[in-house]
Amino acid sequence: MTEAFDILLQASFWAATLRIATPLIYGTLGELICERAGVLNLGIEGIMTLGAMVGWLAVYEGAPLWAGVALAASVGMLAGLVHGLLTVPLGLSQHVTGIGITLLSTSVASYTYRVLLPNVSTPPRIEPFPPLAEGWLASIPVIGPVLAQQTALTLAALALVPGLAWLLYRTPLGLAIRAVGENPAAVEAQGIDVYALRIGAVVFGSALMAVGGAFLTLSAFNAFFFGMVNGRGWICIALVVFASWRPGKALLGAILFGAFDAFQVRLQQVVGGAVPYQLFLMLPYLLSILALVLVSRRAAYPLALMRPYLKGQR
Amino acid sequence: MRLEVRAHPPRWLVVASPVAAILLAMALAAIPLALAGADVLAAYRQMAVASLGSPFALTETLTRATPLILTGLAAAVAFRARLWNIGAEGQLYLGAVVAVALGSGALSLAPPVLIPLALAASALAGALFMLGPTWLKLRLGVDEVVTTLLLNFVALLFVGMMLEGPMKDPMSLGWPQSAPMVDAATLPRLIGRTRLHAGFLVALSAAALIWLYMERTVWGFETRTVGSNARAAGFAGMPVARVFLRTGLISGALAGLAGAGEVMGLKGYLTQDLSPGFGYSGIVVAMLAQLDPLGVVLAAIFVAGVFVGADSMSRTVGVPSYIADLVVALSLLAMLLAGLVTRYRLRR
Repeated sequence: MTEAFDILLQASFWAATLRIATPLIYGTLGELICERAGVLNLGIEGIMTLGAMVGWLAVYEGAPLWAGVALAASVGMLAGLVHGLLTVPLGLSQHVTGIGITLLSTSVASYTYRVLLPNVSTPPRIEPFPPLAEGWLASIPVIGPVLAQQTALTLAALALVPGLAWLLYRTPLGLAIRAVGENPAAVEAQGIDVYALRIGAVVFGSALMAVGGAFLTLSAFNAFFFGMVNGRGWICIALVVFASWRPGKALLGAILFGAFDAFQVRLQQVVGGAVPYQLFLMLPYLLSILALVLVSRRAAYPLALMRPYLKGQR
Repeated sequence: MRLEVRAHPPRWLVVASPVAAILLAMALAAIPLALAGADVLAAYRQMAVASLGSPFALTETLTRATPLILTGLAAAVAFRARLWNIGAEGQLYLGAVVAVALGSGALSLAPPVLIPLALAASALAGALFMLGPTWLKLRLGVDEVVTTLLLNFVALLFVGMMLEGPMKDPMSLGWPQSAPMVDAATLPRLIGRTRLHAGFLVALSAAALIWLYMERTVWGFETRTVGSNARAAGFAGMPVARVFLRTGLISGALAGLAGAGEVMGLKGYLTQDLSPGFGYSGIVVAMLAQLDPLGVVLAAIFVAGVFVGADSMSRTVGVPSYIADLVVALSLLAMLLAGLVTRYRLRR
């Protein structure tokens, strides 16, 4: 028991927590924006995979790290644009289209990787984002040592949360995004283009998902593996519900999740071989389902979520 | 000019739309093929020859289609009721685990007893694995898409745990795989020296039965009604919750059977890479078939042909076999577009 408690006091534990939480923060915020505008984006798993591959590929081919992030974001936007065009003006099933986007993005990633690197068996590594280490951040008491081990992408994710909350709750654009997910007819009555707004939200959200994927290759694992996203996208979808579609709670959810995951990794080392390690690896997925169950009674889905809006129809 | 919903899409359009979707998907996939430096026409010709060009190639395609028919049916049945079971992959693995548990030496029974028993038990395992998400949807309103997707990962880890633990073959050299199936639990080959096995007949019978169920029984009628308008079905006095539950169980059972067929008919033992995403491809199969159980058979043969053809084409033309996944994913999106054409018409 004391061992378990000791884990919680280590700076390295909290550093790992933030590292695990970062892709989830990007993914959850991205999905949140899509869903707030009324569009479920099940393309997330594939968009994260594509972002991971494109970001890694750009840097592997000699581009600067931030260019890799930007390229990943643009490819994510492209995938989001396809999802948006198919689900918003054409009103196709958001479930099936999203699965299609995931299958397509994943296969584009695997295909491109294999065309360019036909014969590699060990994935080539790149020089990733360095930890912040130095600077005034590290000198902040308590959280300083935790932040010092993070990279710029994690810091950007943390900054994104208040930024997005401000956008959603303090700007006319945010009001329009929230409204279009609740009552698109009212938004159109205000002279705002429902289609443009929804597609824009999906495109922006998909860019965030792709950056979350790029974090995996450019900051966490330094290489691209098939299947490396490993259900993180689906976990993000659960986290959005858990967070009641609020950016602040999304951050909290991602960090709780990261803490739990970091904790189980350390617990595995303590418990050793007594319990099959797969049981520990199942926990994140089961925890996501548990989170959904816990909030199920009071989950307030955006009213127009998954309801296509067809202009000129009631 | 405006769009108008068609009351009854003409028959020829219903048949033509998947064909058009597939052609569009192949036209789009020509771009990445060309970018990889391949001769597109030669590549597609090679794919067609390798999947349909000889009796042997055809049996390979039908062998590959066997699990896809079953996962396609699993998706088609569920989607008809608007129950989004995306968990066929996990249910398939659970079915395979149970088939191996019963069929790799634990029971010494004669084949006419052991084979149906193992198939039924795998179907039950798949059904039970779908019970949780369906129950959570009905009782707590938890979205079944997310739960079934997440459970796929749980199922795969469970398989890994079994293969490194209680089910590990003591004769295998460190590689996690199960003990081989006994002869009495092996599905017989259908044609001489090909790999086509009786699982294909199981899949065909399943398609026929599901067609009968959907089109000729009250339960199927209820399923379709709930799918088109669950509220109206409730007002009409249909037991909506029971319909969802029944649909979920049938869907899971079909996916479980797919896993059993693979270990009992093709592989002979269980590994962690038993399924290259049959559960997910099943969704594409169901959509190409427009959720029609008999159409599922044709769509599964097409998707299987793409995979078998791409395997061979990648060796001769030198393009990664992932091109198959690309064609299949593009077919799904193209099919959604084609569905618009059948649903609407342009009226001046």
